[in-house]
Amino acid sequence: MAGAATQASLESAPRIMRLVAECSRSRARAGELWLPHGTVATPVFMPVGTQATMKGITTEQLDALGCRICLGNTYHLGLRPGPELIQKANGLHGFMNWPHNLLTDSGGFQMVSLVSLSEVTEEGVRFRSPYDGNETLLSPEKSVQIQNALGSDIIMQLDDVVSSTVTGPRVEEAMYRSIRWLDRCIAAHQRPDKQNLFAIIQGGLDADLRATCLEEMTKRDVPGFAIGGLSGGESKSQFWRMVALSTSRLPKDKPRYLMGVGYATDLVVCVALGCDMFDCVFPTRTAVRLWQKERFGSALVPTGNLQLRKKVFEKDFGPIDPECTCPTCQKHSRAFLHALLHSDNTAALHHLTVHNIAYQLQLMSAVRTSIVEKRFPDFVRDFMGAMYGDPTLCPTWATDALASVGITLG
Amino acid sequence: MVCWQSVSVWSVAGRVEMTVSKFMAIQKALQPDWFQCLSDGEVSCKEATSIKRVRKSVDRSLLFLDNCLRLQEESEVLQKSVIIGVIEGGDVMEERLRSARETAKRPVGGFLLDGFQGNPTTLEARLRLLSSVTAELPEDKPRLISGVSRPDEVLECIERGVDLFESFFPYQVTERGCALTFSFDYQPNPEETLLQQNGTQEEIKCMDQIKKIETTGCNQEITSFEINLKEKKYQEDFNPLVRGCSCYCCKNHTRAYIHHLLVTNELLAGVLLMMHNFEHYFGFFHYIREALKSDKLAQLKELIHRQAS
Repeated sequence: MAGAATQASLESAPRIMRLVAECSRSRARAGELWLPHGTVATPVFMPVGTQATMKGITTEQLDALGCRICLGNTYHLGLRPGPELIQKANGLHGFMNWPHNLLTDSGGFQMVSLVSLSEVTEEGVRFRSPYDGNETLLSPEKSVQIQNALGSDIIMQLDDVVSSTVTGPRVEEAMYRSIRWLDRCIAAHQRPDKQNLFAIIQGGLDADLRATCLEEMTKRDVPGFAIGGLSGGESKSQFWRMVALSTSRLPKDKPRYLMGVGYATDLVVCVALGCDMFDCVFPTRTAVRLWQKERFGSALVPTGNLQLRKKVFEKDFGPIDPECTCPTCQKHSRAFLHALLHSDNTAALHHLTVHNIAYQLQLMSAVRTSIVEKRFPDFVRDFMGAMYGDPTLCPTWATDALASVGITLG
Repeated sequence: MVCWQSVSVWSVAGRVEMTVSKFMAIQKALQPDWFQCLSDGEVSCKEATSIKRVRKSVDRSLLFLDNCLRLQEESEVLQKSVIIGVIEGGDVMEERLRSARETAKRPVGGFLLDGFQGNPTTLEARLRLLSSVTAELPEDKPRLISGVSRPDEVLECIERGVDLFESFFPYQVTERGCALTFSFDYQPNPEETLLQQNGTQEEIKCMDQIKKIETTGCNQEITSFEINLKEKKYQEDFNPLVRGCSCYCCKNHTRAYIHHLLVTNELLAGVLLMMHNFEHYFGFFHYIREALKSDKLAQLKELIHRQAS
């Protein structure tokens, strides 16, 4: 099957994605994912619920915020409680009682974050479990097996993840190995009718390596592609160029999932570059960061974020964001949240998590509407204006990235 | 620390000397429906207290009360708020009676019985005191008690004329990762009784020893009114916490899931457990009210007593 981006018309929709609108200037698209647990409008932000839970938020609250897809983490769930138990509980959906869609990652990212505990070979990744000290081999087959048991709607291939700050032959090795592991995952996948296996494009910050990976992986008939190996420590300038390169070579009629991107500006720019799906621990973690010791108490707003622990909010009786429709902004003031943050209970963190997730979802929804209504470039200008005071004051990398797809901010 | 002018309390902001005027200024800002009056309850925090000290606590509390009442009268914003008089007197019968009689003479909206906090043994020793105190109080004003929240202790106090309780017991249960499961339906249908009995038998069998739990700020023992969701046996238990419970947790989640959340230290564990424990506890109080209305308190008491270890 031919690789590179084919000019698929809007009518001949591929397996899971249906394009609804495209920006005439940039590469932004609005679409729908048709998944086993319902339709998901794109572009979409997917909150991360690592251990089958979303930082104190109930599934009912998440549903009420309009979330229709969220993430579970194979590495953590594979260790505790383990796939056998989850299978007995009617899959991850049954275990956590989430009626909508789930995406599980492969467990590969933990390789980068927990590198001292792991060893990568062609076989797979050898972990030493931090909980019981047992050694586990996470192979492509094992990762898919676990994800098959979890029953998530979208599963990710096991990829050989290398930090974006690494250079040299290791990056090339990881890229080729990821292709081989993709093929092993495809072969091991027991439930292609119920679960959609996504490939993950690697290649680090090397344009040639990335191009090779794109060419090879798009030859495989998978329902969707993720852009991996970015949003680590690389410079934003390198970051956007790799994203743009990737979207230019990925098929138009399949979803593009940019992994680990969640800051508002990055979301908007990467939608312009042609990405459809995003995930990040940021909105929940920034509310809950180091909650045992120090509560960040950070609330996301169109102008950036509010550090609600600060004294300036002590007597501010307005909501976090007067335009926000989330339950926290409907019911509580900044002053109240400030007081809560300085007390002993974790209630403030729940309120903030609800708001931050709502903020991300509302942002994506607004982006989508602007694409459908053919005014995405104006939306981008307004967004940058609110965030940076003036559209021309937005960071250079963002200006360059947007310019590369025909959106000017001046 | 208490003196004739103030009661010192320690907060996140350090020590605060709560004088009557400061106390009432706070009430004016809060505008509560009811508020417990400033009092000298220090005797209940100490081991052996002299009669002289106990007497002082009663005198001071009455002085505080009279001063608070006076300030309330002068304040327009506090006209809708009701002052609850606090009955002190430690473990000295004479002083308890004096405190009760004197407080009852004032125009308070209700009475708070202070100094009965402690463990089940100490409460038992004080039950006679409790009866004598409530006997002195007018029938038509509510009686609150602080520091008593366990189901068995609640019933003992209700029998002796108490009306309102704090609900910290379900909170403590939640903090130690446990769920309330005791039954309070003293008139279940026969089928249900059989199922419940079989269930209760099993729970009691596993609870031959009371386990001590070291959790932050909650050095309390697990009671026989609850189950410990951290135990391995719940790992694959796909039943709700309590069959038939209509709380959000029982309608949506399983014991196995709660167990997982606790083992992985997830915030959601406490959220779900608290919802259940409150619903269960308030359900208990609903049955208490029903039992009182139909004169079946003895049955309820017997049922609770059977489950108390």
